[in-house]
Amino acid sequence: MTLTTTSYRSGTPAVHAGFAQQLRAEWTKFRTVRGWVAGLAAAALVIVLIGLIGAHTERPTCEDPNQPCTGARGPGGEAVTDRFYFVHQPLTGDGSITVRITSLAPEGAKGGLPPWAKAGIVLKAGDRAGSAYAAVMATAGHGVRMQHNYTHDTAGAPGTVSAASPHWLRLTRTGDTVTGYRSADGARWTAVGTARLTGLPSQVQAGMFAASPPATESTSQKFGGLSNRGAPTRATGVFDHVALSGTESGDAAWHGEQMGGPADDFASDGTFRRADDTFTVTGSGDIAPAVGGPMTAGGQTIERSLAGTFVGLILVIVVGVTFITAEYRRGLIRTTLMASPRRGRAPAAKAVVLAAVTFAAGLPAAAAAVLLGEWLVRPGGFDFPVGSLTELRVVAGTAALLAVTAVLAMAVGTVLRRSAGAVTLVFAAIVLPYILATASILPAGPSQWLLRVTPAAGFAIQQNMPQYAQVDSDYTPAFGYFPLPPWGGFAVLCGWTAVALGAAVFMMRRRDA
Amino acid sequence: MEATVEVTGLRKRYGPTTALDGMTFTVRPGQVTGFVGPNGAGKSTTMRVILGLDTADEGTALIGGQPYRNLRNPLNHIGALLDAAALQPGRTARNHLLWLAHSQGLGARRVDDVIEQAGLGPVAGRRTAGFSLGMRQRLGIAAALLGDPPVIMLDEPFNGLDPEGIVWMRDFQRALAAQGRAVLLSSHLMSELQDTADHLVVVGRGRVIADTSVRELIGTASGDRVTLRTSARSEAMTALAYAGATVAATDRDTLTVSGLAAEHVVTLLGESGVPFSEVSAHRATLEEAYMELTRDAVEFRAAAAEEPAR
Repeated sequence: MTLTTTSYRSGTPAVHAGFAQQLRAEWTKFRTVRGWVAGLAAAALVIVLIGLIGAHTERPTCEDPNQPCTGARGPGGEAVTDRFYFVHQPLTGDGSITVRITSLAPEGAKGGLPPWAKAGIVLKAGDRAGSAYAAVMATAGHGVRMQHNYTHDTAGAPGTVSAASPHWLRLTRTGDTVTGYRSADGARWTAVGTARLTGLPSQVQAGMFAASPPATESTSQKFGGLSNRGAPTRATGVFDHVALSGTESGDAAWHGEQMGGPADDFASDGTFRRADDTFTVTGSGDIAPAVGGPMTAGGQTIERSLAGTFVGLILVIVVGVTFITAEYRRGLIRTTLMASPRRGRAPAAKAVVLAAVTFAAGLPAAAAAVLLGEWLVRPGGFDFPVGSLTELRVVAGTAALLAVTAVLAMAVGTVLRRSAGAVTLVFAAIVLPYILATASILPAGPSQWLLRVTPAAGFAIQQNMPQYAQVDSDYTPAFGYFPLPPWGGFAVLCGWTAVALGAAVFMMRRRDA
Repeated sequence: MEATVEVTGLRKRYGPTTALDGMTFTVRPGQVTGFVGPNGAGKSTTMRVILGLDTADEGTALIGGQPYRNLRNPLNHIGALLDAAALQPGRTARNHLLWLAHSQGLGARRVDDVIEQAGLGPVAGRRTAGFSLGMRQRLGIAAALLGDPPVIMLDEPFNGLDPEGIVWMRDFQRALAAQGRAVLLSSHLMSELQDTADHLVVVGRGRVIADTSVRELIGTASGDRVTLRTSARSEAMTALAYAGATVAATDRDTLTVSGLAAEHVVTLLGESGVPFSEVSAHRATLEEAYMELTRDAVEFRAAAAEEPAR
């Protein structure tokens, strides 16, 4: 035998095997296992399909095919409720309306009024539901308010209205500007607020109104789901000292009208009585932005068209976990670590690759689900139309939610090294709390708590439902309201993922492979 | 930089059991070094420490003077096969080599080279789920060769191979050593290494029992034992024992003598007038030499560390 003393010289050029090489290796690993690629494709598909099924079944039935079958839209394009009883007459050009309101009371003996029951005076651009307006009013529980164009609300003098302490209310129009005043005695006036109603036509409808939002009753059922029952309430406002200046029409021209469609579960028809100079106006409904809740549950929203996200997420979790546990199971992790001995690198490279491929799969899926959902419910679009920036945030955020969860799953898989345990844990950490909180299985309190502290908080990135102080509703997870703001909730998920990834790197460094 | 593996004073405990107890040896270039010892002697643990997979409590393992974890493109320094079954079953052989190549900044061409070298051509495009152990071993060899490293380290490469595979593996390792590479092969069966290894590192209970060339080991193990065939057994025993030899009766007419060379036995018996029909110097096989060396290790195996389950 010959003993060679000179060492073998490698014939392959030495390339510095850095992080870029490891990224490429992990990408090659991912794409060469059919199950992982198929898993992500299935996740994308299921998100689109469930979104479509949801959009299809929720498709509103429109009795008149010539009419858009969605709710009213306000001047800003937002969904609004515009139902009230209106005693009005035209007002052309600049002018003002003044009244004294001496009572705001529930009609009939059934309980009290909702806090946002209201009666007052309004200048409204037209009859069309959703047209521009400015109003000053007394409310049952929130004092005097100046409101305009549905979304704007300014507080005036507090306190309830009674014969002993009436409110004098006045609206003055100057061009596009409407100013609301309140007075205790009709002599000394205080401005409550000013509204600029751009493009207000010369002739508007001016008059008295009354409205009272429906009382809603949500009863949780045994196996999840809510039974929602709306019950109209009616408020009666009593006005006198009615004065309209700047118009040629006479005192006799007052005309009572139910605005915003026929009676249903949420609003009943109003009435109007006049005895000499006292006007008694009874109305139901609200002039306010539409919000989610028992009243509108079941409507098609962008969020609903992404209802399949959590199912897709389950598949993503399985892919994320097995991307690392498959290596532990077969001992392949040793080969990985031999190829790249620096311990933090493997989980880091896997995280980057997983995040990238999951995002790439999730983005078109979320976009397709939203766009197809929007197309299916045309012509009106979603019940709660959102701006394109919000839409972009929801779509990209959904893809990011999937991507970050994949990384979380991989990190947990690295720590536990067992597929079943890691999949179960991540499922229990993100999918389960989401289902428990949003399917009304748990009461609102625990639901909100779950969506604050668990990784399921990340679902908040899909939130797009409007919420307004001047509208009472169940702003709870069951109706699409998350306790944290979109990016705040997403940050909670990212925080958990960072902790898990840190633990993964720590464990890899510490233990023998 | 010398293309060697230097293992110095490795100690490692798993709880109450000692897996490595001062393991020290060097693998030299240009030869096949057999790393042999009973199961649980610490071979696999040593290899994992060399590869930076396990951390030793004490001691160092250097490849070309550096700890494994400092190597920037490790597969260019050392190629190793620890466990041929460590494959993702759904991935093809070629794709397995491809990701490994990519991790080192190597391209698909190098993958095709090693597929050729390991004779994997016909099955390279097949998923490894259906691979026989022999094919997996070949794939492992191909992976070890990817970086064209000066050091090759294989754990139990003969396990599960059919006779044809054993011959192939043996010739392949010899060829690699002939190219100047340092080749370290572990085995728990000395017979597998008999015609492959030039040098042997025999281990037991976590430390090196013998670090020697194959020729020396056989020589040492043979010692000065002499087999004697005689009809006058008791006379022979008396005479030899009187001369200071240790004599054991192995058969009705056969004695094994140690402590005296064959020539001395012949002279002594002649002088004493004891008849004998045959005197032969005992020639140990490598297997016997190994059994002799590792007897202690085997006896204590029950108490010694089993290699940690993988």
